[in-house]
Amino acid sequence: MEYGLDLEYSFNEFLKGFGLSSEIAHIIWLPLPMLLVLVAAVVGVLVTVWLERKISAAAQQRIGPEYAGALGVLQPIADGLKLLVKEDIIPAKADGILFTAGPILVLVPVILSWLIVPFGQNLLISNVGIGIFLWIALSSIQPIGLLMSGYASNNKYSLLGGLRAAAQSISYEIPLALSVLAIVLMTNSLSTVDIVNQQSGAGILSWNIWRQPVGFIVFWICALAECERLPFDLPEAEEELVAGYQTEYAGMKFALFYLGSYINLILSALLVSILYLGGWGFPIPVELIAKFLNLPINAPFIQVFTASIGIVMTILKAYLLVFIAILLRWTTPRVRIDQLLDLGWKFLLPISLANLLITAGLKLAFPQFFGG
Amino acid sequence: MSIAITTQFICFTVLSLVVIIGALGVVLLESIVYSAFLLGGVFMSVAGLYLLLNASFVAAAQVLVYVGAVNVLIIFAIMLVNKKEDLKPINDIKSRRVISTSICLTLLSLLIRVDLTNVWNLSSPQNSIGEESTIRIGEHLFSDYLLPFEVASVLLLMAMIGAIVLARRDVMSKDISTGLPVDQELIEKSSEPLLTNKN
Repeated sequence: MEYGLDLEYSFNEFLKGFGLSSEIAHIIWLPLPMLLVLVAAVVGVLVTVWLERKISAAAQQRIGPEYAGALGVLQPIADGLKLLVKEDIIPAKADGILFTAGPILVLVPVILSWLIVPFGQNLLISNVGIGIFLWIALSSIQPIGLLMSGYASNNKYSLLGGLRAAAQSISYEIPLALSVLAIVLMTNSLSTVDIVNQQSGAGILSWNIWRQPVGFIVFWICALAECERLPFDLPEAEEELVAGYQTEYAGMKFALFYLGSYINLILSALLVSILYLGGWGFPIPVELIAKFLNLPINAPFIQVFTASIGIVMTILKAYLLVFIAILLRWTTPRVRIDQLLDLGWKFLLPISLANLLITAGLKLAFPQFFGG
Repeated sequence: MSIAITTQFICFTVLSLVVIIGALGVVLLESIVYSAFLLGGVFMSVAGLYLLLNASFVAAAQVLVYVGAVNVLIIFAIMLVNKKEDLKPINDIKSRRVISTSICLTLLSLLIRVDLTNVWNLSSPQNSIGEESTIRIGEHLFSDYLLPFEVASVLLLMAMIGAIVLARRDVMSKDISTGLPVDQELIEKSSEPLLTNKN
Protein backbone atom coordinates (compact mmCIF):
# COMPACT_ATOMS: atom_id res chain seq x y z
CA MET A 1 0.00 0.00 0.00
CA GLU A 2 2.49 2.59 -1.13
CA TYR A 3 0.09 5.02 -2.68
CA GLY A 4 -3.58 5.71 -3.09
CA LEU A 5 -6.01 7.78 -1.10
CA ASP A 6 -6.34 6.73 2.52
CA LEU A 7 -9.51 8.54 3.53
CA GLU A 8 -9.71 6.81 6.91
CA TYR A 9 -6.30 8.10 7.96
CA SER A 10 -7.01 11.64 6.81
CA PHE A 11 -10.45 11.64 8.46
CA ASN A 12 -9.05 10.39 11.76
CA GLU A 13 -6.27 12.98 11.66
CA PHE A 14 -8.87 15.65 10.92
CA LEU A 15 -10.98 14.62 13.95
CA LYS A 16 -7.93 14.39 16.17
CA GLY A 17 -7.33 18.02 15.24
CA PHE A 18 -10.46 18.81 17.29
CA GLY A 19 -8.96 17.09 20.31
CA LEU A 20 -10.83 13.77 20.03
CA SER A 21 -9.08 10.56 21.03
CA SER A 22 -8.18 8.16 18.22
CA GLU A 23 -10.69 5.61 19.51
CA ILE A 24 -13.65 7.97 19.30
CA ALA A 25 -12.47 9.15 15.88
CA HIS A 26 -12.44 5.52 14.78
CA ILE A 27 -16.00 4.98 16.06
CA ILE A 28 -17.23 8.08 14.24
CA TRP A 29 -15.48 6.83 11.10
CA LEU A 30 -16.84 3.26 11.22
CA PRO A 31 -20.45 3.78 10.07
CA LEU A 32 -19.53 6.20 7.28
CA PRO A 33 -18.21 3.73 4.66
CA MET A 34 -20.97 1.28 5.54
CA LEU A 35 -23.67 3.90 4.98
CA LEU A 36 -21.97 5.03 1.80
CA VAL A 37 -21.85 1.49 0.39
CA LEU A 38 -25.47 0.84 1.41
CA VAL A 39 -26.59 4.00 -0.37
CA ALA A 40 -24.45 3.07 -3.38
CA ALA A 41 -26.05 -0.38 -3.49
CA VAL A 42 -29.60 1.00 -3.34
CA VAL A 43 -28.89 3.66 -5.96
CA GLY A 44 -27.33 0.91 -8.07
CA VAL A 45 -30.55 -1.07 -7.76
CA LEU A 46 -32.63 1.91 -8.86
CA VAL A 47 -30.40 2.41 -11.90
CA THR A 48 -30.53 -1.30 -12.74
CA VAL A 49 -34.33 -1.42 -12.47
CA TRP A 50 -34.60 1.54 -14.80
CA LEU A 51 -32.11 -0.07 -17.21
CA GLU A 52 -34.05 -3.33 -17.08
CA ARG A 53 -37.29 -1.56 -17.98
CA LYS A 54 -35.75 0.49 -20.76
CA ILE A 55 -33.63 -2.29 -22.29
CA SER A 56 -36.46 -4.82 -22.16
CA ALA A 57 -38.67 -2.24 -23.86
CA ALA A 58 -36.06 -1.71 -26.55
CA ALA A 59 -35.66 -5.48 -27.01
CA GLN A 60 -39.41 -5.83 -27.50
CA GLN A 61 -39.76 -2.65 -29.60
CA ARG A 62 -41.74 -0.78 -26.97
CA ILE A 63 -41.00 2.63 -25.47
CA GLY A 64 -40.96 1.66 -21.81
CA PRO A 65 -41.52 4.06 -18.93
CA GLU A 66 -41.47 7.68 -20.03
CA TYR A 67 -43.85 9.78 -17.91
CA ALA A 68 -42.10 9.59 -14.53
CA GLY A 69 -39.24 12.02 -15.00
CA ALA A 70 -37.21 12.46 -18.16
CA LEU A 71 -37.06 9.10 -19.99
CA GLY A 72 -38.82 7.57 -16.98
CA VAL A 73 -35.80 7.76 -14.69
CA LEU A 74 -38.06 8.24 -11.67
CA GLN A 75 -40.03 5.04 -12.43
CA PRO A 76 -37.97 2.81 -10.05
CA ILE A 77 -38.51 5.34 -7.23
CA ALA A 78 -42.24 5.24 -7.93
CA ASP A 79 -42.10 1.43 -7.84
CA GLY A 80 -40.25 1.52 -4.54
CA LEU A 81 -42.71 4.01 -2.99
CA LYS A 82 -45.63 1.88 -4.12
CA LEU A 83 -44.15 -1.19 -2.42
CA LEU A 84 -43.37 0.85 0.69
CA VAL A 85 -46.95 1.98 1.29
CA LYS A 86 -48.64 -1.30 0.34
CA GLU A 87 -50.37 -3.33 3.01
CA ASP A 88 -48.21 -6.00 4.58
CA ILE A 89 -50.21 -9.22 4.27
CA ILE A 90 -49.38 -12.43 6.12
CA PRO A 91 -51.61 -15.27 4.88
CA ALA A 92 -53.88 -16.74 7.56
CA LYS A 93 -52.36 -20.23 7.48
CA ALA A 94 -48.78 -19.07 7.04
CA ASP A 95 -46.11 -19.29 9.71
CA GLY A 96 -45.72 -15.66 10.80
CA ILE A 97 -42.20 -15.77 12.27
CA LEU A 98 -40.55 -17.73 9.46
CA PHE A 99 -42.56 -15.76 6.89
CA THR A 100 -40.98 -12.54 8.18
CA ALA A 101 -37.50 -13.92 8.77
CA GLY A 102 -37.20 -15.42 5.26
CA PRO A 103 -36.79 -12.20 3.23
CA ILE A 104 -34.43 -10.76 5.85
CA LEU A 105 -32.20 -13.84 5.64
CA VAL A 106 -32.14 -13.46 1.86
CA LEU A 107 -31.19 -9.79 1.89
CA VAL A 108 -28.70 -9.49 4.77
CA PRO A 109 -25.94 -11.83 3.45
CA VAL A 110 -26.05 -10.07 0.06
CA ILE A 111 -25.55 -6.66 1.67
CA LEU A 112 -22.84 -8.03 4.00
CA SER A 113 -20.93 -9.26 0.96
CA TRP A 114 -20.39 -5.64 -0.13
CA LEU A 115 -17.82 -5.56 2.67
CA ILE A 116 -15.18 -6.89 0.30
CA VAL A 117 -15.95 -4.97 -2.91
CA PRO A 118 -13.03 -2.60 -3.58
CA PHE A 119 -13.44 0.57 -5.61
CA GLY A 120 -9.78 1.51 -5.19
CA GLN A 121 -6.64 0.64 -3.24
CA ASN A 122 -8.13 1.85 0.05
CA LEU A 123 -11.70 2.40 -1.10
CA LEU A 124 -13.40 -0.57 0.48
CA ILE A 125 -15.04 -1.13 3.86
CA SER A 126 -12.59 -3.71 5.09
CA ASN A 127 -9.67 -5.44 3.43
CA VAL A 128 -10.30 -8.71 5.26
CA GLY A 129 -7.72 -11.40 4.65
CA ILE A 130 -10.26 -14.05 3.66
CA GLY A 131 -11.77 -11.62 1.12
CA ILE A 132 -13.45 -13.52 -1.68
CA PHE A 133 -13.95 -16.60 0.52
CA LEU A 134 -16.18 -14.49 2.75
CA TRP A 135 -18.46 -13.82 -0.23
CA ILE A 136 -18.63 -17.53 -1.12
CA ALA A 137 -19.49 -18.38 2.49
CA LEU A 138 -22.08 -15.63 2.82
CA SER A 139 -23.80 -16.46 -0.44
CA SER A 140 -24.35 -20.00 0.83
CA ILE A 141 -26.67 -18.67 3.57
CA GLN A 142 -29.22 -17.42 1.06
CA PRO A 143 -30.86 -20.80 0.24
CA ILE A 144 -31.89 -21.11 3.89
CA GLY A 145 -33.86 -17.88 3.62
CA LEU A 146 -35.45 -19.08 0.37
CA LEU A 147 -36.40 -22.46 1.86
CA MET A 148 -37.73 -20.66 4.93
CA SER A 149 -40.01 -18.34 3.00
CA GLY A 150 -41.06 -21.17 0.69
CA TYR A 151 -42.04 -23.33 3.66
CA ALA A 152 -43.64 -20.56 5.73
CA SER A 153 -45.96 -19.43 2.92
CA ASN A 154 -47.89 -22.72 3.22
CA ASN A 155 -48.41 -22.83 -0.51
CA LYS A 156 -47.26 -25.62 -2.80
CA TYR A 157 -45.94 -23.24 -5.46
CA SER A 158 -43.90 -21.43 -2.83
CA LEU A 159 -42.50 -24.67 -1.43
CA LEU A 160 -41.57 -25.93 -4.89
CA GLY A 161 -39.94 -22.61 -5.69
CA GLY A 162 -37.96 -22.67 -2.47
CA LEU A 163 -36.79 -26.24 -3.06
CA ARG A 164 -35.79 -25.41 -6.62
CA ALA A 165 -33.89 -22.33 -5.45
CA ALA A 166 -31.97 -24.32 -2.86
CA ALA A 167 -31.13 -27.14 -5.29
CA GLN A 168 -30.00 -24.62 -7.88
CA SER A 169 -27.76 -22.62 -5.62
CA ILE A 170 -26.20 -25.72 -4.06
CA SER A 171 -25.28 -27.16 -7.45
CA TYR A 172 -23.92 -23.91 -8.90
CA GLU A 173 -21.94 -22.94 -5.81
CA ILE A 174 -19.35 -25.66 -6.48
CA PRO A 175 -18.19 -24.65 -9.99
CA LEU A 176 -18.36 -21.02 -8.83
CA ALA A 177 -16.02 -21.69 -5.91
CA LEU A 178 -13.71 -23.80 -8.10
CA SER A 179 -13.31 -21.05 -10.69
CA VAL A 180 -12.61 -18.53 -7.90
CA LEU A 181 -10.04 -20.99 -6.57
CA ALA A 182 -8.13 -20.87 -9.87
CA ILE A 183 -7.87 -17.07 -9.52
CA VAL A 184 -6.76 -17.40 -5.89
CA LEU A 185 -4.11 -19.87 -7.01
CA MET A 186 -2.70 -17.29 -9.40
CA THR A 187 -2.86 -14.46 -6.85
CA ASN A 188 -1.54 -16.33 -3.79
CA SER A 189 -4.11 -14.41 -1.77
CA LEU A 190 -7.82 -14.41 -1.02
CA SER A 191 -8.00 -10.65 -0.61
CA THR A 192 -9.89 -8.80 -3.35
CA VAL A 193 -7.38 -5.93 -3.26
CA ASP A 194 -4.52 -8.34 -3.95
CA ILE A 195 -6.50 -9.96 -6.76
CA VAL A 196 -6.92 -6.59 -8.48
CA ASN A 197 -3.30 -5.57 -7.86
CA GLN A 198 -2.12 -8.81 -9.43
CA GLN A 199 -3.90 -7.77 -12.66
CA SER A 200 -2.64 -4.19 -12.72
CA GLY A 201 0.79 -4.86 -14.28
CA ALA A 202 0.17 -4.09 -17.94
CA GLY A 203 -3.32 -2.62 -18.09
CA ILE A 204 -5.84 -4.50 -20.19
CA LEU A 205 -3.28 -7.12 -21.25
CA SER A 206 -2.75 -8.41 -17.72
CA TRP A 207 -6.42 -8.85 -16.86
CA ASN A 208 -7.37 -12.31 -15.69
CA ILE A 209 -9.86 -12.79 -18.52
CA TRP A 210 -6.98 -13.61 -20.89
CA ARG A 211 -5.42 -16.10 -18.49
CA GLN A 212 -8.71 -17.58 -17.26
CA PRO A 213 -11.13 -17.52 -20.22
CA VAL A 214 -12.80 -20.77 -19.18
CA GLY A 215 -13.01 -19.67 -15.57
CA PHE A 216 -14.56 -16.38 -16.66
CA ILE A 217 -17.36 -18.08 -18.59
CA VAL A 218 -18.00 -20.66 -15.86
CA PHE A 219 -18.07 -17.94 -13.21
CA TRP A 220 -20.47 -15.77 -15.22
CA ILE A 221 -22.88 -18.66 -15.86
CA CYS A 222 -22.80 -19.65 -12.20
CA ALA A 223 -23.22 -16.06 -11.04
CA LEU A 224 -26.32 -15.73 -13.23
CA ALA A 225 -27.64 -18.98 -11.81
CA GLU A 226 -26.99 -17.83 -8.25
CA CYS A 227 -28.86 -14.59 -8.97
CA GLU A 228 -31.75 -16.60 -10.42
CA ARG A 229 -31.76 -14.56 -13.59
CA LEU A 230 -33.20 -15.89 -16.79
CA PRO A 231 -32.20 -18.36 -18.36
CA PHE A 232 -31.91 -19.80 -14.84
CA ASP A 233 -34.95 -18.28 -13.13
CA LEU A 234 -36.65 -21.62 -12.45
CA PRO A 235 -37.37 -20.88 -8.77
CA GLU A 236 -39.78 -18.14 -9.81
CA ALA A 237 -40.83 -19.43 -13.22
CA GLU A 238 -44.08 -17.54 -13.54
CA GLU A 239 -45.76 -19.88 -16.05
CA GLU A 240 -45.34 -22.90 -13.78
CA LEU A 241 -45.04 -21.65 -10.21
CA VAL A 242 -46.87 -18.26 -10.18
CA ALA A 243 -43.82 -16.58 -8.64
CA GLY A 244 -42.12 -19.37 -6.72
CA TYR A 245 -41.26 -18.55 -3.14
CA GLN A 246 -42.42 -14.94 -3.64
CA THR A 247 -46.02 -15.93 -4.41
CA GLU A 248 -47.56 -14.99 -1.06
CA TYR A 249 -45.45 -11.92 -0.40
CA ALA A 250 -46.66 -8.35 -0.70
CA GLY A 251 -45.51 -4.89 0.26
CA MET A 252 -42.15 -4.36 1.91
CA LYS A 253 -41.36 -8.06 2.31
CA PHE A 254 -41.70 -8.54 -1.43
CA ALA A 255 -39.56 -5.43 -1.86
CA LEU A 256 -36.84 -7.09 0.23
CA PHE A 257 -36.74 -10.03 -2.22
CA TYR A 258 -36.74 -7.61 -5.11
CA LEU A 259 -33.93 -5.53 -3.63
CA GLY A 260 -32.00 -8.66 -2.71
CA SER A 261 -32.08 -10.08 -6.21
CA TYR A 262 -30.99 -6.81 -7.84
CA ILE A 263 -28.28 -6.08 -5.25
CA ASN A 264 -27.06 -9.62 -5.84
CA LEU A 265 -26.96 -9.03 -9.59
CA ILE A 266 -24.90 -5.85 -9.19
CA LEU A 267 -22.64 -7.58 -6.66
CA SER A 268 -22.03 -10.46 -9.05
CA ALA A 269 -21.24 -8.05 -11.87
CA LEU A 270 -18.83 -6.17 -9.60
CA LEU A 271 -17.14 -9.40 -8.57
CA VAL A 272 -16.76 -10.56 -12.17
CA SER A 273 -15.12 -7.24 -12.97
CA ILE A 274 -12.86 -7.56 -9.90
CA LEU A 275 -11.87 -11.16 -10.53
CA TYR A 276 -11.52 -11.11 -14.30
CA LEU A 277 -11.63 -7.57 -15.67
CA GLY A 278 -9.01 -5.82 -13.58
CA GLY A 279 -11.31 -4.23 -10.98
CA TRP A 280 -10.58 -0.52 -10.68
CA GLY A 281 -7.73 -0.70 -13.20
CA PHE A 282 -7.79 1.54 -16.25
CA PRO A 283 -7.08 -0.30 -19.55
CA ILE A 284 -3.82 1.68 -19.73
CA PRO A 285 -1.91 1.65 -16.41
CA VAL A 286 -2.25 4.96 -14.56
CA GLU A 287 1.46 4.85 -13.69
CA LEU A 288 2.29 5.03 -17.40
CA ILE A 289 0.05 8.05 -17.89
CA ALA A 290 1.63 9.78 -14.87
CA LYS A 291 5.09 9.06 -16.21
CA PHE A 292 4.06 10.34 -19.64
CA LEU A 293 2.83 13.59 -18.08
CA ASN A 294 5.98 13.78 -15.92
CA LEU A 295 3.98 13.84 -12.70
CA PRO A 296 5.01 12.01 -9.51
CA ILE A 297 2.58 9.19 -8.66
CA ASN A 298 2.23 10.46 -5.09
CA ALA A 299 1.10 13.98 -6.02
CA PRO A 300 -2.32 14.80 -4.45
CA PHE A 301 -3.81 15.66 -7.83
CA ILE A 302 -2.77 12.32 -9.31
CA GLN A 303 -4.10 10.47 -6.28
CA VAL A 304 -7.56 12.03 -6.54
CA PHE A 305 -7.48 11.43 -10.30
CA THR A 306 -6.52 7.76 -9.82
CA ALA A 307 -9.19 7.21 -7.20
CA SER A 308 -11.95 8.75 -9.31
CA ILE A 309 -10.84 6.80 -12.39
CA GLY A 310 -10.87 3.66 -10.24
CA ILE A 311 -14.45 4.21 -9.09
CA VAL A 312 -15.62 5.09 -12.60
CA MET A 313 -13.89 2.05 -14.12
CA THR A 314 -15.32 -0.37 -11.52
CA ILE A 315 -18.85 0.92 -12.02
CA LEU A 316 -18.47 1.05 -15.80
CA LYS A 317 -17.30 -2.58 -16.02
CA ALA A 318 -19.99 -3.73 -13.61
CA TYR A 319 -22.76 -2.01 -15.56
CA LEU A 320 -21.46 -3.39 -18.83
CA LEU A 321 -21.95 -6.86 -17.31
CA VAL A 322 -25.38 -5.88 -15.92
CA PHE A 323 -26.31 -4.77 -19.45
CA ILE A 324 -25.29 -8.18 -20.82
CA ALA A 325 -27.30 -9.88 -18.07
CA ILE A 326 -30.40 -7.84 -18.93
CA LEU A 327 -30.01 -8.57 -22.64
CA LEU A 328 -29.66 -12.28 -21.82
CA ARG A 329 -32.80 -12.15 -19.70
CA TRP A 330 -34.94 -10.70 -22.47
CA THR A 331 -33.57 -12.78 -25.34
CA THR A 332 -33.06 -16.32 -24.01
CA PRO A 333 -35.66 -18.94 -23.08
CA ARG A 334 -35.69 -20.61 -19.71
CA VAL A 335 -33.92 -23.97 -19.26
CA ARG A 336 -35.74 -26.97 -17.82
CA ILE A 337 -34.86 -28.20 -14.33
CA ASP A 338 -33.13 -31.34 -15.67
CA GLN A 339 -31.16 -29.26 -18.19
CA LEU A 340 -30.18 -26.90 -15.39
CA LEU A 341 -28.88 -29.68 -13.15
CA ASP A 342 -27.17 -31.43 -16.10
CA LEU A 343 -25.40 -28.20 -17.02
CA GLY A 344 -24.29 -27.67 -13.44
CA TRP A 345 -23.12 -31.13 -12.51
CA LYS A 346 -22.11 -32.76 -15.79
CA PHE A 347 -20.64 -29.81 -17.65
CA LEU A 348 -19.60 -26.89 -15.43
CA LEU A 349 -18.24 -28.97 -12.56
CA PRO A 350 -15.82 -31.13 -14.63
CA ILE A 351 -14.79 -28.11 -16.71
CA SER A 352 -14.02 -25.98 -13.67
CA LEU A 353 -12.11 -28.87 -12.07
CA ALA A 354 -10.03 -29.27 -15.24
CA ASN A 355 -9.53 -25.50 -15.33
CA LEU A 356 -8.19 -25.58 -11.79
CA LEU A 357 -5.84 -28.43 -12.60
CA ILE A 358 -4.54 -26.76 -15.76
CA THR A 359 -4.07 -23.47 -13.91
CA ALA A 360 -2.03 -25.23 -11.25
CA GLY A 361 0.10 -26.89 -13.96
CA LEU A 362 0.59 -23.64 -15.87
CA LYS A 363 1.52 -21.88 -12.64
CA LEU A 364 4.32 -24.39 -12.12
CA ALA A 365 5.41 -24.23 -15.77
CA PHE A 366 5.22 -20.45 -16.35
CA PRO A 367 5.41 -18.80 -12.93
CA GLN A 368 6.03 -15.35 -14.44
CA PHE A 369 2.67 -15.35 -16.26
CA PHE A 370 0.50 -17.29 -13.83
CA GLY A 371 1.74 -15.89 -10.53
CA GLY A 372 4.70 -17.43 -8.75
CA MET B 1 -12.24 -0.90 29.94
CA SER B 2 -11.60 0.27 26.42
CA ILE B 3 -14.30 0.39 23.76
CA ALA B 4 -12.82 -2.54 21.84
CA ILE B 5 -12.91 -4.82 24.88
CA THR B 6 -16.46 -3.75 25.76
CA THR B 7 -17.65 -4.50 22.22
CA GLN B 8 -15.93 -7.86 22.33
CA PHE B 9 -17.56 -8.68 25.67
CA ILE B 10 -21.04 -7.73 24.44
CA CYS B 11 -20.56 -9.80 21.25
CA PHE B 12 -19.35 -12.77 23.26
CA THR B 13 -22.31 -12.62 25.65
CA VAL B 14 -24.87 -12.33 22.88
CA LEU B 15 -23.29 -15.10 20.79
CA SER B 16 -22.99 -17.54 23.71
CA LEU B 17 -26.59 -16.86 24.74
CA VAL B 18 -27.76 -17.52 21.17
CA VAL B 19 -25.72 -20.73 21.04
CA ILE B 20 -27.10 -22.05 24.36
CA ILE B 21 -30.73 -21.03 23.87
CA GLY B 22 -30.68 -22.09 20.22
CA ALA B 23 -29.21 -25.50 21.05
CA LEU B 24 -31.84 -26.03 23.75
CA GLY B 25 -34.48 -25.06 21.21
CA VAL B 26 -33.11 -27.56 18.68
CA VAL B 27 -33.50 -30.37 21.21
CA LEU B 28 -36.70 -29.35 22.96
CA LEU B 29 -38.95 -27.89 20.26
CA GLU B 30 -41.72 -30.11 18.91
CA SER B 31 -41.61 -28.85 15.32
CA ILE B 32 -38.74 -30.41 13.40
CA VAL B 33 -38.66 -27.52 10.92
CA TYR B 34 -38.08 -24.99 13.70
CA SER B 35 -35.35 -27.23 15.11
CA ALA B 36 -33.62 -27.31 11.73
CA PHE B 37 -33.72 -23.54 11.29
CA LEU B 38 -32.53 -22.99 14.87
CA LEU B 39 -29.65 -25.36 14.16
CA GLY B 40 -28.62 -22.96 11.38
CA GLY B 41 -28.70 -20.10 13.89
CA VAL B 42 -26.51 -22.07 16.30
CA PHE B 43 -23.98 -22.79 13.53
CA MET B 44 -23.91 -19.09 12.63
CA SER B 45 -23.27 -18.07 16.24
CA VAL B 46 -20.45 -20.59 16.53
CA ALA B 47 -18.96 -18.98 13.42
CA GLY B 48 -19.29 -15.64 15.22
CA LEU B 49 -17.36 -17.06 18.19
CA TYR B 50 -14.59 -18.15 15.82
CA LEU B 51 -14.50 -14.60 14.44
CA LEU B 52 -14.07 -13.26 17.98
CA LEU B 53 -11.11 -15.62 18.34
CA ASN B 54 -9.45 -14.03 15.28
CA ALA B 55 -9.98 -17.19 13.24
CA SER B 56 -11.74 -15.64 10.26
CA PHE B 57 -10.94 -18.47 7.86
CA VAL B 58 -12.36 -21.09 10.21
CA ALA B 59 -15.43 -18.90 10.72
CA ALA B 60 -16.05 -18.60 6.97
CA ALA B 61 -15.47 -22.33 6.50
CA GLN B 62 -17.94 -23.02 9.32
CA VAL B 63 -20.58 -20.89 7.56
CA LEU B 64 -19.87 -22.46 4.17
CA VAL B 65 -19.86 -26.09 5.32
CA TYR B 66 -22.27 -26.21 8.24
CA VAL B 67 -24.79 -23.51 7.33
CA GLY B 68 -24.47 -23.56 3.56
CA ALA B 69 -24.24 -27.30 3.02
CA VAL B 70 -25.17 -29.41 6.08
CA ASN B 71 -28.04 -27.29 7.33
CA VAL B 72 -29.48 -26.63 3.89
CA LEU B 73 -29.45 -30.36 3.16
CA ILE B 74 -31.14 -31.12 6.49
CA ILE B 75 -33.92 -28.62 5.76
CA PHE B 76 -34.13 -29.90 2.19
CA ALA B 77 -34.59 -33.48 3.39
CA ILE B 78 -37.22 -32.44 5.95
CA MET B 79 -39.21 -30.62 3.30
CA LEU B 80 -39.00 -33.42 0.75
CA VAL B 81 -40.09 -36.06 3.27
CA ASN B 82 -43.20 -34.14 4.18
CA LYS B 83 -45.27 -37.12 5.18
CA LYS B 84 -48.15 -36.63 7.58
CA GLU B 85 -47.92 -39.67 9.79
CA ASP B 86 -49.37 -40.36 13.21
CA LEU B 87 -46.51 -41.51 15.34
CA LYS B 88 -47.17 -44.28 17.85
CA PRO B 89 -46.81 -43.12 21.44
CA ILE B 90 -43.76 -44.65 23.08
CA ASN B 91 -44.58 -46.54 26.29
CA ASP B 92 -41.55 -45.88 28.43
CA ILE B 93 -41.01 -42.29 27.29
CA LYS B 94 -40.31 -41.04 30.83
CA SER B 95 -37.50 -43.47 31.61
CA ARG B 96 -35.99 -42.79 28.17
CA ARG B 97 -36.00 -39.08 28.87
CA VAL B 98 -34.34 -39.62 32.25
CA ILE B 99 -31.64 -41.81 30.71
CA SER B 100 -30.85 -39.41 27.85
CA THR B 101 -30.79 -36.41 30.20
CA SER B 102 -28.41 -38.17 32.57
CA ILE B 103 -26.10 -39.15 29.70
CA CYS B 104 -26.03 -35.56 28.48
CA LEU B 105 -25.35 -34.24 31.99
CA THR B 106 -22.52 -36.76 32.45
CA LEU B 107 -20.93 -35.60 29.21
CA LEU B 108 -21.34 -31.99 30.27
CA SER B 109 -19.70 -32.61 33.65
CA LEU B 110 -16.85 -34.42 31.87
CA LEU B 111 -16.32 -31.41 29.60
CA ILE B 112 -16.45 -29.00 32.54
CA ARG B 113 -13.89 -31.14 34.40
CA VAL B 114 -11.57 -31.10 31.36
CA ASP B 115 -11.97 -27.34 31.18
CA LEU B 116 -11.13 -26.87 34.86
CA THR B 117 -8.25 -29.31 35.19
CA ASN B 118 -6.44 -28.66 31.92
CA VAL B 119 -3.86 -25.91 31.94
CA TRP B 120 -4.70 -23.81 28.89
CA ASN B 121 -1.57 -22.57 27.18
CA LEU B 122 -2.96 -19.32 25.80
CA SER B 123 -0.87 -16.97 23.75
CA SER B 124 -1.44 -13.28 24.27
CA PRO B 125 -3.63 -11.47 21.71
CA GLN B 126 -0.56 -9.69 20.37
CA ASN B 127 0.93 -13.01 19.27
CA SER B 128 -2.16 -14.26 17.43
CA ILE B 129 -1.44 -15.04 13.80
CA GLY B 130 -4.75 -13.61 12.58
CA GLU B 131 -4.90 -13.41 8.78
CA GLU B 132 -1.90 -15.68 8.40
CA SER B 133 -3.93 -18.57 9.80
CA THR B 134 -5.22 -19.47 6.31
CA ILE B 135 -1.67 -20.26 5.19
CA ARG B 136 -0.92 -22.17 8.41
CA ILE B 137 -4.05 -24.31 8.04
CA GLY B 138 -3.06 -25.11 4.46
CA GLU B 139 0.45 -26.09 5.52
CA HIS B 140 -0.87 -28.37 8.27
CA LEU B 141 -3.41 -30.00 5.96
CA PHE B 142 -0.66 -30.95 3.53
CA SER B 143 1.97 -32.04 6.04
CA ASP B 144 1.20 -33.51 9.46
CA TYR B 145 -2.59 -33.74 8.98
CA LEU B 146 -2.42 -35.17 5.46
CA LEU B 147 -3.63 -38.65 6.41
CA PRO B 148 -6.80 -37.58 8.30
CA PHE B 149 -7.53 -35.13 5.49
CA GLU B 150 -7.33 -37.85 2.84
CA VAL B 151 -9.22 -40.39 4.96
CA ALA B 152 -12.06 -37.87 5.28
CA SER B 153 -12.30 -37.80 1.48
CA VAL B 154 -12.61 -41.61 1.42
CA LEU B 155 -15.45 -41.28 3.91
CA LEU B 156 -17.18 -38.80 1.62
CA LEU B 157 -16.72 -41.16 -1.33
CA MET B 158 -18.36 -43.97 0.63
CA ALA B 159 -21.30 -41.73 1.50
CA MET B 160 -21.64 -40.76 -2.13
CA ILE B 161 -21.67 -44.37 -3.36
CA GLY B 162 -24.24 -45.21 -0.70
CA ALA B 163 -26.44 -42.34 -1.82
CA ILE B 164 -26.23 -43.46 -5.46
CA VAL B 165 -27.16 -47.04 -4.55
CA LEU B 166 -30.11 -45.80 -2.51
CA ALA B 167 -31.28 -43.37 -5.16
CA ARG B 168 -30.91 -45.68 -8.18
CA ARG B 169 -33.21 -48.46 -7.15
CA ASP B 170 -32.71 -50.34 -10.41
CA VAL B 171 -29.34 -51.44 -8.98
CA MET B 172 -31.09 -53.79 -6.60
CA SER B 173 -34.29 -55.60 -7.51
CA LYS B 174 -35.01 -56.77 -3.97
CA ASP B 175 -35.45 -54.81 -0.79
CA ILE B 176 -32.60 -55.69 1.58
CA SER B 177 -34.62 -55.80 4.78
CA THR B 178 -37.95 -57.30 3.64
CA GLY B 179 -36.90 -59.33 0.57
CA LEU B 180 -39.87 -58.02 -1.40
CA PRO B 181 -39.42 -56.88 -5.01
CA VAL B 182 -38.60 -53.18 -5.11
CA ASP B 183 -41.03 -50.64 -6.54
CA GLN B 184 -39.25 -49.41 -9.65
CA GLU B 185 -41.49 -46.40 -10.19
CA LEU B 186 -40.26 -42.85 -9.97
CA ILE B 187 -40.08 -41.42 -6.47
CA GLU B 188 -41.78 -38.24 -7.55
CA LYS B 189 -44.79 -40.10 -8.93
CA SER B 190 -47.92 -39.43 -6.96
CA SER B 191 -49.15 -42.47 -5.06
CA GLU B 192 -52.77 -41.72 -5.96
CA PRO B 193 -54.16 -40.58 -9.29
CA LEU B 194 -54.23 -36.80 -9.52
CA LEU B 195 -57.74 -36.47 -10.94
CA THR B 196 -59.90 -38.63 -8.71
CA ASN B 197 -63.53 -37.75 -8.38
CA LYS B 198 -63.55 -35.86 -5.13
CA ASN B 199 -67.30 -35.39 -4.63
